[in-house]
Amino acid sequence: MEFLRPATWEEALAVKAQHPSAVPIAGGTDVMVDLNFDRHRPDALLDLNRIHELHTWQIADDDTVRLGASVPYSKIIDALPDRLPGLALGARTVGSPQIRNRGSVGGNLGGASPAGDAHPPLLASGATVEAASVRGTRLIPIDDFYLGVKRNALEPDELIRAIHIPSATGPQQFAKVGTRNAMVIAVCSFAVALHPRARDVRTGIGSAAPTPRRASEAEAFIRAELDDTGLWTSAGELPLSTAKRFGELVARAAAPIDDVRGSAAYRRHALAVMARRTLLWTWNDHRATGRAAA
Amino acid sequence: MKVTFTVNGRPTEADDVWEGESLLYVLRERVGLPGSKNACEQGECGSCTVYLDGDPVCSCLVAAGQVQDREVGTVEGLAQGDTLDPVQQAFVDAGAVQCGFCTPGLLVQTHDLLNRAHHPSDAEIREALSGNLCRCTGYEKIMDAVRLAAARKADARDAAPTGLEG
Ligand SMILES: Cc1cc2nc3c(=O)[nH]c(=O)nc-3n(C[C@H](O)[C@H](O)[C@H](O)COP(=O)(O)OP(=O)(O)OC[C@H]3O[C@@H](n4cnc5c(N)ncnc54)[C@H](O)[C@@H]3O)c2cc1C
Ligand code: FES
Ligand code: FES
Repeated sequence: MEFLRPATWEEALAVKAQHPSAVPIAGGTDVMVDLNFDRHRPDALLDLNRIHELHTWQIADDDTVRLGASVPYSKIIDALPDRLPGLALGARTVGSPQIRNRGSVGGNLGGASPAGDAHPPLLASGATVEAASVRGTRLIPIDDFYLGVKRNALEPDELIRAIHIPSATGPQQFAKVGTRNAMVIAVCSFAVALHPRARDVRTGIGSAAPTPRRASEAEAFIRAELDDTGLWTSAGELPLSTAKRFGELVARAAAPIDDVRGSAAYRRHALAVMARRTLLWTWNDHRATGRAAA
Repeated sequence: MKVTFTVNGRPTEADDVWEGESLLYVLRERVGLPGSKNACEQGECGSCTVYLDGDPVCSCLVAAGQVQDREVGTVEGLAQGDTLDPVQQAFVDAGAVQCGFCTPGLLVQTHDLLNRAHHPSDAEIREALSGNLCRCTGYEKIMDAVRLAAARKADARDAAPTGLEG
């Protein structure tokens, strides 16, 4: 096995082009488990730790956060909870403090596990993945990134450089069902983001389909409902029946399986409950901030 | 391959390291620091917790080659000579050690917590230690030990002249 240690991003792309089968390693919290248990023995590891810029983030003029691929979850929780509240909530539920000090969104995307906790908030915020190779840079909309169970849209010579995530313009929530409070892979998870300026609501479902996915029908329903009833303008109370219907549609968007962590039926039920609750939480937050601003 | 790094302030070199090897293996088997324990090798138990450039991490999930030119701190580096760190002394005094397998990881993780939070609540302690499993104590004595260490460190700070926090 080779251990490749590029010092710069340009060098990393050149190395990846030469060794397309080299496995990138960032926080190592997925890669090392496979190595320790000899599940996978790649011919080369491509260490990304020396590339400083991957651990940093920038805020663009339009308030989009360009999050370096290797920024650990603990940094997102400490430094970006106001701009990226959904992702920060998801990050808080990842593993343990030690795992959050190493694990990164780039690694979550690289692994593309349907249970990854970064995925639902990224879907709900409308993120874009910045992938690059010696051939150039591609901006991949998050909706096009997940292709199958643990399969993503990266080409063999590509690396993730950053994730572009619009700063929140309204409340965001993340909820996850697991067997305990810490160190748990999601049985299923759900994220919702209100985008009051665009009068939009976006969602993300985790661990209840071959890939993380949005609940498009539920989004269309709530968008129409908020428009037709003038609720964006009046900031009135959201009827419980509307939230319930939203929950049902979210559950319907899932394609869960029975496995050791939970049955398909349980996952559907839990999704409906999480979606109903998180929608009400975000809407009530939205109303409260509206009143405070008025 | 060869890996050169700093452990507990001392420049250290490990030879003949396999490229897929973990930092935990290097510490235990190549540089004579068996304090960090190997219990799961999958990040679940925390008994291998060490500082990497100041942050506690599972050393079983760090590739050896990733620590080149970096700073690692292990449980062996907590004591000052024969004087135990207040966290270590509190674990002894509170009876928080039974078989001791989980202890090195808990010590490093608690050490980090008390550097960041001087008066942690029980909820904060539980959160900080949520990645460290103990099969013996039932955690109550561990909670006692962390509270005791926090109180003693606070007393020491109060006794010290102002401006000498830490
Ligand atoms: C004990 C434990 C608990 C965990 N709990 C959770 C949890 O609650 N929720 C959760 O979502 N995950 C969890 N995980 C999984 C893991 O921590 C996350 O998936 C994490 O985001 C991986 O990030 P990393 O930087 O450590 O990735 P790595 O292990 O370094 O890499 C993961 C994958 O991404 C690829 N990769 C990394 N960086 C790039 C890049 N820049 N470009 C292209 N490919 C790249 C790697 O080649 C690999 O395929 C847990 C893991 C452990 C060991
Ligand atoms: S041995 Fe590293 S976490 Fe268990
Ligand atoms: S004292 Fe035995 S595992 Fe904690």
